[in-house]
This record gives sequence, structure tokens and C-alpha cells, in this order.
Amino acid sequence: MSKVTVIIVTSLLFISGCSQSNHSGGAVESQQKTIEFMHLWPSGSSTTHYRVVEEIIEAFESENPGIVINAEPIDNEQYKDRMTVLSSANNLPDVGFTWAAGYLEPFVEGGRIAPLDQLLAEDLKDAFVPGTVEAFQMEGATYGLPLELNIAPIYFNKSLFIEAGVQVPSTYEEFLGVIQVLLEHNITPITVGNRDAWTGSLWYMYLADRYGGASALTQAINRTGSFTEQSFVEAAREIQNLVDQNAFVTGFNGLSNDEAKAEFLNGNAAMYLMGSWDLPEFTTNEANSQEFRDSIDYFKFPTVAGGAGDIESWVGGPGVGLYVAENSDVKDEALAFVKFFIEKWGEKAVTEVGVIPATKVDTEVLDIHEMYIKILKDLNQASHITLFADVQMSPAVAQIHLNLIQALFGQEVTPEQFALEHEEAFE
Amino acid sequence: MNEVLASRKAIIFYIIPALLLVVLFMYIPLILTGYYGLMEWNGMGEMIFTGLDHYRRLIGDPLFWDSAKHSLMLGLFSTLALVAYLIVSLILSQKMKGANLLRKIYLIPMLLSSVAIAQLWLRIYHPTNGIFNTFLIYLGVENPPTWLADPNLVLYALFVPIIWQYAGFYILIYYTALKNISVDVLEAASMDGANVWQTAWKIKVPMIMDIIKVTVILAVVGSLKYFDLIFVMTGGGPNGASEVLASYMYRTAFRSFDFGYGSALAFALLLVCLITTVVVRKITTLKGV
Repeated sequence: MSKVTVIIVTSLLFISGCSQSNHSGGAVESQQKTIEFMHLWPSGSSTTHYRVVEEIIEAFESENPGIVINAEPIDNEQYKDRMTVLSSANNLPDVGFTWAAGYLEPFVEGGRIAPLDQLLAEDLKDAFVPGTVEAFQMEGATYGLPLELNIAPIYFNKSLFIEAGVQVPSTYEEFLGVIQVLLEHNITPITVGNRDAWTGSLWYMYLADRYGGASALTQAINRTGSFTEQSFVEAAREIQNLVDQNAFVTGFNGLSNDEAKAEFLNGNAAMYLMGSWDLPEFTTNEANSQEFRDSIDYFKFPTVAGGAGDIESWVGGPGVGLYVAENSDVKDEALAFVKFFIEKWGEKAVTEVGVIPATKVDTEVLDIHEMYIKILKDLNQASHITLFADVQMSPAVAQIHLNLIQALFGQEVTPEQFALEHEEAFE
Repeated sequence: MNEVLASRKAIIFYIIPALLLVVLFMYIPLILTGYYGLMEWNGMGEMIFTGLDHYRRLIGDPLFWDSAKHSLMLGLFSTLALVAYLIVSLILSQKMKGANLLRKIYLIPMLLSSVAIAQLWLRIYHPTNGIFNTFLIYLGVENPPTWLADPNLVLYALFVPIIWQYAGFYILIYYTALKNISVDVLEAASMDGANVWQTAWKIKVPMIMDIIKVTVILAVVGSLKYFDLIFVMTGGGPNGASEVLASYMYRTAFRSFDFGYGSALAFALLLVCLITTVVVRKITTLKGV
């Protein structure tokens, strides 16, 4: 083969390779509009969520011919990475999920996300439970519409409580007593997977709330208060007291939340503080035995003697919400899809997925598990809901907070140092 | 075909695609990373030029030095592990029974993805149900260590699977190198009365010294930028006790949204790798072997 032919042949191969990909890229019809939609619920790990999302997308596409939704489900941690990378390239999907408050901040400041107030003023007026949309508001505009509303109760295993002969505690004193008796019966009192330090943060947040009152933590984070106040030091000391008493599962700092939850699902541990997003595990999830599911109930975090906290005050808040990208070229369609999604999700969330939506739910007409009715009732009675600390904080401070939580549980810092280092983190 | 490759133009033509890719996806991002390191930037929005501020912060950052220390320790342990790999390869390269099968068994961990290995070892280290602790409890140890939760142990607990993971790779390299030693040399040695021990250390090892030098650099640099198992198994925790340079960089850039400082860390990691490579090469050539 001559020199020239070889070069020509290789070049042709190269060129044809390129042009082929161009061709398939340009094949989309010009009439059709595509909404890129990234969500958090892959079919494997969140089967029912995924199915309902698919149903909503199908319904939207059939009502709106000419619009195609291109959905891409990605798991939690990878989702956050993807958001970071895509937004630095100013290439966010038209519609997607975001977390509230501190997480949302850089996206809003960078002008990546569009305000959604127009929807709130018209179609979705009064649709949301008060206090849910606020977490997505910044500089007077709303940048996300929440899909979930969660509060974190302490789930407990009734059979284990009966085995040890203890009652549901209503004060913190009684709670400590329950822990002692459970330990005497060789039952792990509490399981917590503090490798994912936000789970330990829930315990700290509740104690801070019960000692310092409902607004203490929020004020400390927005800098009208301080972490050095006595109530925070008390809360931190109480965490270490629980650790000293072996209240938590062995090796909690090395366990992920899933591993820790397994201890509860296996009936090895008696108590588990977690968000109401885990309700399906204890009500409808067929993977857990009926016997186990029947033996699970929850109680409110008990109050501390002399503390300023109220038993109706919860740690929780809206979970993920929908955003619309500022530079989306199908913005009107994207807004319509967000509205459609919020409405349909509100109808299906409790009954089909077992998620409590941020939109109002009429419990009278729903045929649902009693634990849902109980939690919806508690939500109505809630005196205050403190948003998860690591969501309230800016991402950089949240990382320091989470590290400090691990250090606190691991007895590597004193309660005083713990408070001081939080103060330093904000500087 | 030879005619084609002899032409200067043709050579350039064939080199260009690879060169372009390397420049586009390696060197340009590398320079950009150095540049971002001079900026205050949260990944989107405005970049503010802050000069060498991030590098000054880096020098005073205890977390950086801690993670650098952990990375260097991993480098040290990986290098020490090379000795073990070498011994295993020397034994395998003797005409022993089942060498072939064993070699394949050693290679299997390398075929598994890091995440699968991490899941496997998470179960091994589980504080109550794990193999280690079940065994220790059976032996009557009352409070067996909680491996991944114990800040004093977690790093070493992570080194074990990492070293295990790469065993097959290095054994394969050493084994192949040892098999390539000419039989004549070994026969000559045995005729001169060298025993197995002498053949191994005086003949075989010196003859594959070049390969050993390469593996030392591979092991050290690989350790310095190591990320995956540690990230999946502990995420750098508890409280940074197992944080290495790469995981600290990742956390800063992608979780704290501090791309400026994250880029500075990435650039520092690159410098550390370059310096170590030079130092390791100097040391290995100085020995004159």
C-alpha cells in the first residue's frame, strides 16, 4: 500500500467517525422541545419513587404534545457532585432537585437558578404547608419548591421495650433510665451511623433545642446568637454522657447510616432517631417482616428538666425541592412541568410512595397507615421545626460542623472546645 | 508500511491526535488548576483574584499537613509491602507446584473494582458482625477494636485492604520480570554452588533492579494520590483521622464549594508527587545498584 493511500484511508476513517456523531446530534426534530430533568431517585434504590416520577412524566408528556422530558436519575452523593460540575460549566439541567438554604446559596449567588415566585403567586398559591417554602427563599425570592416535609422522631422497637419492661419515656430523666435498663438486658439502646455525621448531628440538634429552646440553634447559625452559650455546651456534654454510658451502638463513628439502620431493622437496637422519610421501612416495605413492622412506633424527643425546649418542637424541614435553571432555553415549559410535578406529586406522595409532601394533605380522605396519620397530626401540632443544621449552614461551615460532631461523639474534643471551634468556623 | 513510518510528516500526523488529547485534557487543566488556586471561587459566580493567599493558608492549615502525613505514611507502607510482594514472586518463580494457580489467585483482587473491595472490607471490619471481631470475641477478647471508628487504628485498618488490593499487580510484574531472567545465568550460578537464597538475592533481585525502581515510583506516587477505597470506606473520617491529600482536596472543592482552595490543594498534591518522584529516583540511583 502506498504512503498516500494509508494516510487518506486513516483520515477518512477519522472524519467519518466525527461526522457520524454530528449527524445523530442533529437528528432531533426542530418542532420538539426537550426538558432536561435530573432527579434523585434511581429505579434500583428508590423503586416506588422512580415509578411515580415516571408516571408523572408520562402524564405530562401526553397532556403536552411536543414536549419531551429527558429524565436522568442519579444517586444522592453523585448527584451533588454532578450539580457542582454542571453548574460551574453553566450547564445545569432545565429542571432538577436541590436542597434548601445553605446548599442553595452558591447557586443563587452565581445566578444559576431562576426565581419561581410567579408560580407561587398564581397556580400554587396556598398549596404548601406554611414554613416549607421559606427554606428555599433568598433575597426576597423563592428559588425552589419543596417536594417533601420531614420531621425526625425517635423510632423504637416495642417488642424490645416489652422484653426489657420499659415504658416510652416522656422526660429526659426517664429516657436515661430506659437506656440503663436496656443495657442491663444486653440490648443496644440506640443505633446511629455517625460515619454519615449528619445522623449524629440530629442528636446534638435535639439536645440543643431541648436545653436552649427552639430558636437557639438557628440564631447561632445566622450569627444573632452564639455557640458558646451554656445550653450548647450542655447539649454537647450530654452527648458525651450518652457515649460514656454506652447508649450508642458499638463503633458508631465507623458505621454508615445504612449499616446503623440495619441494626434497628434486625431488631438488635431498640431506638433509632431518623427522619420521617424512613416511615415506609416501618409500614409498607415488604422487605421487612410484618411482625417487625408491627412492632415499630415512635416517640417525640423528651424534654430536659430546666431546659427551655418544648416537646412539640421538631428537627426536620423540607427535603429536596425542584429548581428551574436560569439559562434554560425552554423556561416556560420547565415552569409548567414544575407546577404539574408539584401538584401530581402532592396527590400521589403519601398513598403511593409513603412520602409526606410539602403540599397540604387531607388525611380524612386518605386510606393510609396509622403511623402516617399520627405523624401528619404531630406536624399540624408542631410548635417549631428547626431545619437540619448542615443544611442551614453554608457548605464550608457544614463540613466543619460534621467533622466536629464525629470528634464530639469520639470524645476527641471537650464540649467547650466543640463550642469554640464552631465559633471559629464562622469567622 | 515501513516507508510510511519513515516519513517525518507521517510521524507527526500520527502523533498529533494523542498529543492533542494529552495537552487538551492533561496539561491545560493542570495549568488552569494552578490558576484557579490563585482565585477565591465557589465553582460558579465570580472569581476574585487573591494571589498567593491560598498557598499561605495551606502552609498554616493543620488539616493539610495531617492529610499529607497520612498520604506519606501510605506511600511508606506501600513501599515496604513491595518487599513482601517481591518475596512472594521469588517463591512463585521457583519451579514450585501450583505457582500458576496461586499467581492467578493473587491477581483476583486487582480485577475487582475499588468500591466492591470497599464493601467487602466494610463487612470484614464491622464492629459486631465482622469476621475480625467475631473471631476476637470467640477468642474471649471483651472489647475488640472498632477498626474504622477508632482514630488511632483507622489508617492502618485502611492500609491493609489497599496493600491487599495491589498485591496481584506487583506480583505479576515481578513474576514476569523474574521469568525473563535467562536460564543460562541461573544454571551458571547453581554450578558455582550458589544456594537458593544466594541465587535469589545476589542474582535474581539485582537483575530485575530496574523493574523494582519503577515499581517503587509507581507505589509511592500511586499512594500519594490514592483516593477511592478511603473515600468509600470512611470518607476521611472519623474527624479527619483517615483524610489523605486527595480526599481532602475533593472535600474542599466539591463539598465545601471552595474551588479556589481545592485547586490550590490539587496543585500542592501535584508538586508533592513531582518532588517525591525526583527524590525517590535520586535515592535509587545513588545506591548504584
